[in-house]
Amino acid sequence: MSVHVEARNVTKRFGPTVALNGAGISITEGETHALIGRNGAGKSTLVSILTGLQAPDEGEVLFSGEAAPALADRDAWRRRVACVYQKSTIIPALTVAENLFLNRHQTSGRLIQWGALRRNAREVLERYGVDVDAGALAGDLDVEQRQLVEIARALSFGARFIILDEPTAQLDGPAIERLFERMRALREQGVTMMYISHHLDEVYEICQSVTVFRDARHVVTKPVSELPHDELVAAMTGEATTDYQARSRTPGAAVAISASGLSLRDRYQDVSLEVRVGELVGLAGSGSSGKVGLAETLVGLRRADAGTVVINGTAVKPGDVPSALRAGLGFVPQDRHREGFVPLLSIAENATLPIAHKLGRFGTVFPSRRRARAVQMIEDLDIKTEGPDQPVGDLSGGNAQKVVLARALSDSPAALVVINPTAGVDVKAKQSLLGAVEDAVERGAGAVLVSDELDDLRICDRVLVMFHGRVVKDVPRGWSDHELVTAMEGMEE
Amino acid sequence: MPVIVVLLVVGALVDPVFLTVGNLTNVLQQQSALALVVLAEAMILIAGKFDLSLESTVGMAPAITVLVIPASAGQGAGNTGLLAIPLCLLIGAAIGAFNGFLILKFQLSAFVVTLAMLIVVHGLHLGLTGGKSLFELPESIIYLGGATWLGVPASIWIAGALFAAGIVGLGYFRAGRALYAIGGNADAARAAGIRVDRVVWTVFIIGGTLAALAGVLETGRLGGISANQGVGWIFMVFAAAVIGGVSMDGGKGTILGALTGVLVIGLVENVLTLKGVPGEWKQLVYGGIILVALMISRVAGGKAQD
Repeated sequence: MSVHVEARNVTKRFGPTVALNGAGISITEGETHALIGRNGAGKSTLVSILTGLQAPDEGEVLFSGEAAPALADRDAWRRRVACVYQKSTIIPALTVAENLFLNRHQTSGRLIQWGALRRNAREVLERYGVDVDAGALAGDLDVEQRQLVEIARALSFGARFIILDEPTAQLDGPAIERLFERMRALREQGVTMMYISHHLDEVYEICQSVTVFRDARHVVTKPVSELPHDELVAAMTGEATTDYQARSRTPGAAVAISASGLSLRDRYQDVSLEVRVGELVGLAGSGSSGKVGLAETLVGLRRADAGTVVINGTAVKPGDVPSALRAGLGFVPQDRHREGFVPLLSIAENATLPIAHKLGRFGTVFPSRRRARAVQMIEDLDIKTEGPDQPVGDLSGGNAQKVVLARALSDSPAALVVINPTAGVDVKAKQSLLGAVEDAVERGAGAVLVSDELDDLRICDRVLVMFHGRVVKDVPRGWSDHELVTAMEGMEE
Repeated sequence: MPVIVVLLVVGALVDPVFLTVGNLTNVLQQQSALALVVLAEAMILIAGKFDLSLESTVGMAPAITVLVIPASAGQGAGNTGLLAIPLCLLIGAAIGAFNGFLILKFQLSAFVVTLAMLIVVHGLHLGLTGGKSLFELPESIIYLGGATWLGVPASIWIAGALFAAGIVGLGYFRAGRALYAIGGNADAARAAGIRVDRVVWTVFIIGGTLAALAGVLETGRLGGISANQGVGWIFMVFAAAVIGGVSMDGGKGTILGALTGVLVIGLVENVLTLKGVPGEWKQLVYGGIILVALMISRVAGGKAQD
């Protein structure tokens, strides 16, 4: 088999930072090749170099042995490589059809032929088996549909090499399975793929070879069958790591979070739960199970149609975040970019937003006190940063998430609700995030952890499994993956 | 659209003169200059940018033109008068190009740049004219604003033609669709091979040119250039664009929508005039009605405004 895509000795600097340092990758035709590394290892930079968005300072890129086209020749690049980016490149206000043919609309003379464009769009969607209405607004699609549209668009340029940059980060279990089905079908058609993910199990499931980057350098490339899990993690982190060890504890008697008879139309019905102090309760379920909606109701981001929430003995006003915070709640929202932090503000400011009133009197905030608190938080959570004044927008995903968690923990909360804390976060950051949640529980908080990842849920004292908006199972610690997954898929009952 | 129907009905009830051809033609003519600025602003907003300086261009471009080409020029030596309108449009284009230069090359915020330019351009107008109104203008610059073609004022034809061009351009040309892509998600547009900076710059230049043309129409309609020509228009322009469904965040809205916004504003003003609302209360009523129009278009459109 010949080499389809190759990057040799690529170096790329951004000011003083070296994003890639003589790194390279070589991908054989027709294989699905994983690119693995911690946040900041240089994966995204390699993607932008392989897709022709940036030129390397040194080194070269080859497609089937030929030198890559000039940077300005976008069409030539798009015939060689297609990319489904981590960040959606769909324009929400335009229709699916127009998104597919953006800037290459069918024209007669110079006028756009809308009829022909819609017909072609339907053809493309059909060819790649994407069941989406070409006339729908792209913004109305769900994450999975949007991603399928992006894949179809990428392929419709005729590229035989696709880069998938963390495609599963926002998908739930069944959707990931469907994506993998599709990837296998594409591989059978001879399409070469580069796959980036933080989920190592996925690498073993879908990829044939794996390349590991660490600190802007290439570390190893091997067939996945020759690189067992612990060696892969060691290659990523540069040290042998043990699996995360969940701690055991005994919950107290008092109730930290309780909900009774909660219902929200189209989300969940008649849910009641009780979380005691010093107890960590997991919420599991598929994307449509309503687990996130329920958690968002507990913190006041959503207002339930019926039912009550009591936090730390106080009945909170439904749909009112400040009232929940006053009652002693801290929370990590689902989408850190949307609700988690203000990218332009510093770490110190972001992390102390909820306790600003404690840092001074009469509405003033003492920068020195804020700094001191922030330095403490940076240390506690092991946040990698230049200092408390660095804007959070500059941090890598894992560190930004730690700031969000620091904010949730800033007021020593009696109740904690954490939604998907480890999404898009590397192995080590994941461990310190989960560790910090456990620390908070040990200090006496009652916590709810919502996660799509079974590994995260292992730290919970018990896991409530939701299916179609109802809690169907209460599983104590010590469950097996199989047990939890069958319940999540609604296969019992 | 429903707002316009409501206004037509209300207008008819308020005063029988309202629904006559003469009155409605009058409304259209009065609004044609404003309409061109709204067209310009709508395109800039759809591309996700801002231009506040358009209103100053409306006064400044024709004023400078008149200073360069005095009224006597057209009669005797050569026909420099014919150059008046091209010169005026060129000035508008230059202002737009300069805005684009500052915003794209210096990476400044469009809002702040054009706010400063609003003051700079108007200041230039005041300084060069000594704050005085200009009369006795060359025929060539007055002609378009006053002429009647086929029984309808030329300015209505011009505005109508340009709006038609705008509707087709943004609906059926790649360059037009590029505006939506850029305003909706500039990174995605770049990834799709659109030359974002070039398109945005072009839009600013077109915007400035349209504002200058609006200045020509307004000058011709009034027969002179006051020191305040265009001042305060930008509020109407934004109101019209937003009533017409153009999003302030970019990527959303249509030129047809913007046109309905202009008509709403024009009809409101006309109804108030016919009703004889006293001058000092007009502003209040006017602002209030714009708010109501916004609420109606929000409810009728069914989507939250952003």
